[in-house]
Order: sequence, then C-alpha cells, then structure tokens
Amino acid sequence: MRNCAAVGLIFANMHDEAVRECTAVRSMGSLLFGGRYRLIDFVLSNMVNAGITKVGVITKTNNQSLMDHLGSGKAWDLSRKNAGLYFLPSYNSDDALYQGRLSSLAEVIPFLRRSKEDYVILSDCHMVSSIDYAPMLQAHIENEADVTVACCRGAVPHLTDIPVMQLNEEGRVTDLLIGRLSDDEATYGVGIYIVRKDWLIRVASEAAARNLQHFERDILQKHLHEFYIQGYVVPELMLPIYSLESYFRANLSMLDGEVRQQLFPKSRPVYTKLRDCTSVRYGLHAHVTNSLVADGAKVDGTVKNCVLFRGVNVSRDAVLENCVVMQDVTITGQCALTNVVADKNAVFREGCVLHGTDSYPVYIAKNAIV
Amino acid sequence: MFRKQECVAMLLAGGQGSRLYALTRRIAKPAVPYGGKYRIIDFPLSNCVNSGIETVGVLTQYQPLELNDYIGSGQPWDLDRMGAGVHVLPPYQRNKGADWYKGTANAIYQNIDFIERYDPEYVLVLSGDHIYKMDYSKMLAAHKEKGAACTIAVLDVPKEEASRFGILNTREDDSIYEFDEKPAVPKSTLASMGIYIFTWDKLRQYLIADEKNPASKNDFGKNVLPAMLDAGESMFAYRFEGYWKDVGTIDSLWEANLDLLNPKIQLDLADPDWKIYSRNPCMPPHYLAPGSEVQNSYIAEGGSISGKVEASVIFAGVTIEEGSEVVDSILMPGTVVRKGALVQYAILAENCDIGENAIVGESPEQCQDLTKWGVAVVASGVRVGAGARVQAKAMVEKDVEEQEEVGAHA
Repeated sequence: MRNCAAVGLIFANMHDEAVRECTAVRSMGSLLFGGRYRLIDFVLSNMVNAGITKVGVITKTNNQSLMDHLGSGKAWDLSRKNAGLYFLPSYNSDDALYQGRLSSLAEVIPFLRRSKEDYVILSDCHMVSSIDYAPMLQAHIENEADVTVACCRGAVPHLTDIPVMQLNEEGRVTDLLIGRLSDDEATYGVGIYIVRKDWLIRVASEAAARNLQHFERDILQKHLHEFYIQGYVVPELMLPIYSLESYFRANLSMLDGEVRQQLFPKSRPVYTKLRDCTSVRYGLHAHVTNSLVADGAKVDGTVKNCVLFRGVNVSRDAVLENCVVMQDVTITGQCALTNVVADKNAVFREGCVLHGTDSYPVYIAKNAIV
Repeated sequence: MFRKQECVAMLLAGGQGSRLYALTRRIAKPAVPYGGKYRIIDFPLSNCVNSGIETVGVLTQYQPLELNDYIGSGQPWDLDRMGAGVHVLPPYQRNKGADWYKGTANAIYQNIDFIERYDPEYVLVLSGDHIYKMDYSKMLAAHKEKGAACTIAVLDVPKEEASRFGILNTREDDSIYEFDEKPAVPKSTLASMGIYIFTWDKLRQYLIADEKNPASKNDFGKNVLPAMLDAGESMFAYRFEGYWKDVGTIDSLWEANLDLLNPKIQLDLADPDWKIYSRNPCMPPHYLAPGSEVQNSYIAEGGSISGKVEASVIFAGVTIEEGSEVVDSILMPGTVVRKGALVQYAILAENCDIGENAIVGESPEQCQDLTKWGVAVVASGVRVGAGARVQAKAMVEKDVEEQEEVGAHA
C-alpha cells in the first residue's frame, strides 16, 4: 500500500541561467549528473519513493532533451493508468525571458483542480539530494501551515530569487530576504515547498489577476506575517548546483563513499531512463582509480578522480584527471585532460592537452570537436 | 484482437539445465546471468525482436519464478505489444486432466491453441541455452525459398569436435538425408544449433501424430524430426556463420563469458544495429577506489572495487575489497569478495560472500593433476568463511566454515 496525499510539481527550467554553459542546449532538469543521471531524476525519484503517483513537469524552453529523457515516465513507474507523469509546457510564450514561479503556477491550475490530492510538493531541480518527503509533509499537515519551505544551512548559493530566512524556535519563518548578501553561512530555501492545494490555487489565481510573478518575492516575502510560513531544515545531504564550478564540484564529490551512500540509500533508489548498453569494458592498458564509471563506457587509458558517464570512450595512452566526462564523449590517444567538464558527444582528437583548475574547470561544449 | 503473424516464435525455457548444477538450483537455465548484465534468455528474445518477430511464447516449467519475473510484460525487449508480444506459457490443467510438458514437442503440442490465435504460416522453435546473435528473418527467407517443411540452423564445427554435437548429413543442396546424434565417426561437420523453422501446417500435423504415439518421448530431436524425415518431408540445413555457444555446462558458461574479453571472438554486444536487450538493475555507476587495479574485464553498475580484477566479468552490485584479487572469474550480482581473498577460475553465483583471505578456485598451473582441474563454483547465497579454501572443480552449495577446505567431491 503506497499512498501519498500530495501531487508533485517540478519546475524543470528554474535556474536555467545558473549553469549557462550546459543549459544552452537543455533545461536545468535535463542537465546530466553523476555518471548516468539527469538532475530531474533525483527529484522524480524522491517523489516516487515518497509514494507520489501524480507528477506534473513544468517546462518552458529548451525542453526537447527533457521530453526525450522522460518519455512516458515508465522508468520512474509513472506511466500509469490513473495519474502518472504530466508534461505541463508553458503556453504563455510572449515572455521568453525569465518568469517567476507564479505565472507558471497560474497556468497549471486546471491540472491542480483535476488532482484529488490535498497537498502539492513543488520542487526545482538544482539541489541534488535523496530527500524523504514524508516527514516534511507530515510536519506540514500537523502544523497546519500555509507554506512549508525546505531549507538548508550553509554558504548561500549564487542564485537569483533565493530566499534567505530566519526561523524562530518553532521553525516558523520570521524574516525572509531575497538573494545572497554575504559569504556567511545562512539558512536558505532550496526550492522545495509544500502547500495545501486549495491555498495554492487561490494564491496563483489572485497573483495572475494582479500580474504578480515571483512566488518568493510577491507571496512569501510580502505576506510573511499574513501567511503561516514554516521552515523545514532538510536533514539529508544536498549538493547545490548553481554554476559550472559547483556542478563540477558536486559531480566529483560523488567519489566520496559517504556522499554516494547519502545520495543512493538502499531504500530510495534513483531511477533514470534506461539505455541498453553493455557493462563497462576495461582494456589491457586501463589504469583507473578513484573514479565513477557508468555503463557502456570503454576505458583503456589512465583515469584518476573522474566521473565517466555512459558510453564514454577513453583510448589507450589518454590521461584524465579530475574530469567530468558526459555521455558518449570520445577521448583518443595521447590526450591529457585535467579539470575538464566535457559535454555530451564531444570528441577529443589525438594529442589534446587541456588543463583547467580546481575552481575554474575548462568546459567543452556538446558535440564539440577538440 | 490478435494480429495475424507470419511467424510465431516458441522458446523452450522449461529445462532444468542439470549440468549447470549449483547455478540452476533455484532458477531455470535461461535465467542464468551472463556477460555482466544479461541473462541467457536475452539472446533469443533480442534476436526475435531484431529479426522482426513480434510474438514469442516462452514455455516454462522448471523453477519459473525468477524467469517469469524477469520477462514480466516483455517491455525491456519491446515485446509488450498490443495483440502480440511475449507470453509466458506454463503447463496447465484441462478438463481431461493435467500434464507436465513431457518433452519439447509436447510443450509445443500443448500450446497449439496459443499458436493458432495468430494464424501463422511458420513457427520458429528456439531454446534458451545458447549465446549467439542471429537474424531469423534470413533463415525464414531461406525456408520460404526452398519451400521446406522444416529448416534447421547449423554451424560448421571443426571435425574433431563434431562428435559432441547432433550432426546433420546433407546433400549438395543442403537438404537433409540423415540425423546423426553425437556420431563416433562423423560424416559431416554441420552441427544442429537447436533452432528450427517449421511450416506450421506440417508441424501441427506431426505434433498431433506424435502425441498419439505412446512409444514417443515427444521430443523434437528424437521423435518429431526423424518422423518428418522418414516421411520424406523436405528438410533443409541453414548455415549460420558467427559466434554460437551452448552454455549448458559450467565450463562452457565460464568460457562463453570470458569469450567476451577475447578480441578475436566475433560477439559484439555493443553493436547498435543488433542490441541485446535486458532488464536493468537500478543502480548508480560503479566505483573504482584508489588502489584498485582493473584490467581486461567487464564491470557492471553499482559495484565497488578496491582490489585487483583481471580477465573477469563482474555483474551489478559486486563488492571487491582491498587486497583481494579476482582473476579469470565470473562474479554474479551482489557478491562480496572480502579483504585479501583470492578468486580464480571460478563462477560465484548471486549474493555469495567470500570471507577474508579465503581462496576460491585454482589456476591450471597450480594443479598437479590436470584431469582434476576445473572451474570452481559457489552457489547463490553461500558464505565461504575467512581463510577457507575451495579447490578447483569444487561445487559449493552450502556455507563453508572458516579455514575449511572443500574439494571437488564435497
């Protein structure tokens, strides 16, 4: 018996601007991560693992790769007769630039009305985590809060519209600022909210009528004392993705066994689109240490501290260190790469030498031939 | 409701595979893992789909639970089709009693109704114990061109090996005049691959006749095919070229896995034009720790490798701890090899636990008497205690105590 009182809503394009390099050709949700995943996999899997059976994915632009990835939702067990996965592409195309959460929400009111669940879990895709939503939802219901904001304590990521909050002893939000102020540690929102469905429908319709767009600014901040806004400090590990550097770092942090254990607990598997490929083939000259290697890769070179995605090909005499190498990248002989993020299908021809630094990795675009 | 099909495939998956001993204690042979992420049945199923066959009946009988689960709706092979697709067909009860499948021919006989729903012209009969990639549509084209009643796929084997196989003696046009089961002095080198295409009207007729014959063992090779030949039906051999391996024994299963690592062997599982599909576990990429040494091996998802791995095939979710060594071995899903252990020339089935400093298997060079050498096998879920020793050719089905030594005949 699995039953959840909430419907899921995922904002696949939120913070697209943060990792500009990689999201030129895709949405934040379809950004590749951790060898075989896309960021949205973590959110979708968390929802499915919490017993949610109905999930809407709100998309705006660049959604081809996302649609291709999600398909019917089968891989997440969301290809269902009742409920399942719903694409909710924006039909309001006159404003191609950044729009806030509210205008998207106003557009999905019919979807919400047709859902029988009483609560809605909203989530962005930029925090990689295996969150158990159950205690958060339970707290939300027990507190009878209007909004429960998931938050995290740490250095505030550089993201527009990020809410930085102060919580009182009961966890209620007493002050809320928008945007990063300093390098100091603070409690910041991670783009995950739980609300009552009827509340959300009311707020979104009113906001549309008043032409308000920013959920964080126009609702949370403006009505902080009018609504009951509760904070929920997420106990699970979260890896924020807000720049190429943080993306690079988050990927490489998966080489830490503790991090992998927290991201892939046995009880909450992370699902992703299947790809029929062989296991990893290591050649006679392979020398691989401290690396994560996904299916379909062929490795015959030297690889140290790297994340290799599905179908990557590393030839003999290639040397890779501290690299994040996305799906189907080919690295031929005599290449030496250090601190490189190579996007999908890139080809490194014979003898390429590229060195980035820890804090400033070299990014090679999708389909590029180096 | 059911779409008419030109050709329906019937996959014989009910056999126990008794020569795989410990590996088929709880699973049918076609469900035995192979090649890092496959099971044997993935090969005939994928070949069917890639050949354009949309309807497959899988005949199960021995230990069907895992096989049924694995096939499921057939979705991983794109065989969850409307009015077609894969169907698991166990024996069943009818108003005049119930029978197990008495033989391979009887299994098809009992499912005549299933086949007739699709009104096929041809029926392809396959078995679930071979590793190969084959385009059945080419074989069907040859069958049609010759107007044959039955076409049998054959492999040209080396003369010295021919006496291990069922040999077909043919005329110049490849028409068959004689079957020779494991002949001492083979007249030809064409070995049957256990793949048959029948014109359905003919097969139906012979299956019904065979069922009426109380002396028959209801077996294709022993009864139905000889009966057809005796009656003068036109039967042809279809020559197949490429990799084909019967994985019915421990040694051949071990070899077939290691064949994947041999660049001279033509079995490309990565060929995008002829993919072998499988049901995938849901696991993160595997991790190679600092200090690990992995060479010339296949490693599947989810594992964590800190030791040394050479010339081996490692399935999903395997842990190999530091200081341990795995050489020339097959490690099936979920198995753990603890610190300092040595696994060589061995097949470890699912979820085995090899204790610290234990030794499993021996290399042929270590064996004084080569006739006693063979691949060591540890059955699924078995714990081998710390410091224990499992000799070559041993077949371990129950837990081994610490420091215990298990020989080939334990």
